[in-house]
Amino acid sequence: MNKVHNNRAWLLVLPMLILVAFSAIVPLMTVVNYSVQDVLGANARFFTGTEWFKTMLNDPGLQAAFLRQIVFSLTILAIQVPLGIGIALIMPKRGWQASAVLILITLPLLIPWNVVGSIWQIFTRGDIGLMGWGLRQLGVDYNITRNGTDAWLTIILMDVWHWTPLVAMLCYSGLRSIPEAYYQAARIDRASKWAVFRYIQLPKLTNVLVIAVLLRFMHSFMIYAEPFVLTGGGPGSSTTFLSQSLATMAIGQQDLGPSAAFSIIYFLVILLVSWVFYTTIMHMQKDRNPQGGA
Amino acid sequence: MSYQLDNVQQGEKYNNIFSRITPAQRRKRNTRSRLRSRLLLGLYLVLMILPIYWLLNMSLQTNSDILGSMTMWPENITFDNYIGIFTNSSWYMGYVNSIAYVLMNMLITICVALPAAYAFSRYSFIGDKHLFFWLLTNLMAPPAVFLLPYFQLYYSVGLFDTHIAVALAHCLFNIPLAIWILEGFMSSVPKEIDETAYIDGYSFPKFFVKIFIPMISSGIGVTLFFLFMFSWVELLLARTLTSTGAQPIGMIMTRTSTASGIDWGTLAAAGVLTILPGILVVYFVRNHIAKGFALGRT
Amino acid sequence: MSWMVWTVPTAIFFSAIAAMLAGMTVWEIVSPTIERKGFLPISTTRGDRLFVGLLSAAFIHLGVIGYTSLSIWLALAASLVWLLVLMRWG
Repeated sequence: MNKVHNNRAWLLVLPMLILVAFSAIVPLMTVVNYSVQDVLGANARFFTGTEWFKTMLNDPGLQAAFLRQIVFSLTILAIQVPLGIGIALIMPKRGWQASAVLILITLPLLIPWNVVGSIWQIFTRGDIGLMGWGLRQLGVDYNITRNGTDAWLTIILMDVWHWTPLVAMLCYSGLRSIPEAYYQAARIDRASKWAVFRYIQLPKLTNVLVIAVLLRFMHSFMIYAEPFVLTGGGPGSSTTFLSQSLATMAIGQQDLGPSAAFSIIYFLVILLVSWVFYTTIMHMQKDRNPQGGA
Repeated sequence: MSYQLDNVQQGEKYNNIFSRITPAQRRKRNTRSRLRSRLLLGLYLVLMILPIYWLLNMSLQTNSDILGSMTMWPENITFDNYIGIFTNSSWYMGYVNSIAYVLMNMLITICVALPAAYAFSRYSFIGDKHLFFWLLTNLMAPPAVFLLPYFQLYYSVGLFDTHIAVALAHCLFNIPLAIWILEGFMSSVPKEIDETAYIDGYSFPKFFVKIFIPMISSGIGVTLFFLFMFSWVELLLARTLTSTGAQPIGMIMTRTSTASGIDWGTLAAAGVLTILPGILVVYFVRNHIAKGFALGRT
Repeated sequence: MSWMVWTVPTAIFFSAIAAMLAGMTVWEIVSPTIERKGFLPISTTRGDRLFVGLLSAAFIHLGVIGYTSLSIWLALAASLVWLLVLMRWG
């Protein structure tokens, strides 16, 4: 679709811009202001320049949290994307079953994030939780409050449980947009199931998959409430992710300056990754449809 | 590809003639693979429901039953936990608060996002692409980054501990999301419709309300579902911006751990109750939701 | 406004960003940009190049502050040069 060039369209965008700017720019400016000062109180603050940035970039605890975060995000992407595609492929296409499965599958997405943490905290407890109790009955020494590996595996399992539905739904809607004629053509050529997937379904899925990866990366990179409730970041700091280190610093210890500097670094990393993803999506859409794309 | 559509029936014939597998065998093979995929799906669904089932199971037991013995289903079903929540105003007000700010947020967001999405889908203007990307960055901003300034911002404008504060704060990520989804839906409406309406003498506001909005109503439904979802599940900001007057239910739930241990039954019942509104909402949009997840473009 | 704890350097920083945005808008009105392909792997408009330049400038600063003992002014100078190169040939 050819868009009309009209700068009066800004008038339509303006109300939205004011609202979002109020919520985004003013706090962002404040964070930048905090990051170059040592704020002790309303009237006691000292200019520290770039000192906090230097401290934060060299803080071993944060570097560890950052690495942990990257490992976590990549792991859940590696599990959720193939699993989501698989589920989308076997979901019923029509009838009441399709609706029923859709409703069931979206369920985890609609649970408040700290309730997700509570559900899993209960579920994995050795005394009253089905999974924790069951594993102990099987003779597995499973304890997420003492064993770091168990805590890690549980958090990954929880995230897979919580967010695979999103990937599955995205893929499902991508699959539904494939015209039936393609499948019929494949049947005539007696294409194998793998060939149908590789040459018909996967190309149609790339678009939604990029959205899925982008959304999942962003959300997993700011994961906070679920591990906070489930493990509290422990045992030790083995499941402390970036947002939690940040929240502990900002609220728990009231270290405004360092946490602000850390926020900015965190934000820049997210901005870089998101920009790369976004540019990729837009260029993919442009290649396919030279006039479109927003 | 359309010629293949016409050839389907011939293709079936061709298949029947040349295939070494008889149609009956093929049908059998199809049924078998269908059965296998149904089994796998069933298995996934069961595993997925299990933690939620467990929560439900616990919410129907008394604390002594929960801690007493391991049972797969509640042996003495009790609704005391639910009754306790619905008769205690400090509990049920949590639900009222949550629903209040979620509804406010949905209303504000959809009102400002509709015209903005229309602008993005129909016009090009200076800085449009960068504005769009900037909006998306807000979707990406970790709320933890903004906690303290938010607290101070809303405190200084006197909105701390009100529903509207949380509703406005959630606009940060909900408005960009709404614009993203709506823009996709609007772009799939042919532009000729706008032009015809203008020729017929419709003014922009009249056209927008009378013709355009009804045309994308399923898109608006899906958008509202997403707005509900993300505002309902977010608690970090909601918790920071409220103390007692507008506290969300998710925050009140943390009260269940008292000196005498955790009140598991009430915690589980409250958890189950937070899932219900979501089920209600997803039921209404079940037929459009798959489309919405592709964000309008497929 | 006092809770925003403004300082002179950050005020200058944000004014510079605002001025840049305003300047880019005026430039765009006077002579609209044409998308072109430079040494960057994607075709870009003027605004895209400015964004890439600013983002890389931020990372240059972080690198210099965090892992070297060089002066921040050096980082600023390097960023400005890089920004100009990017705007002209990117």
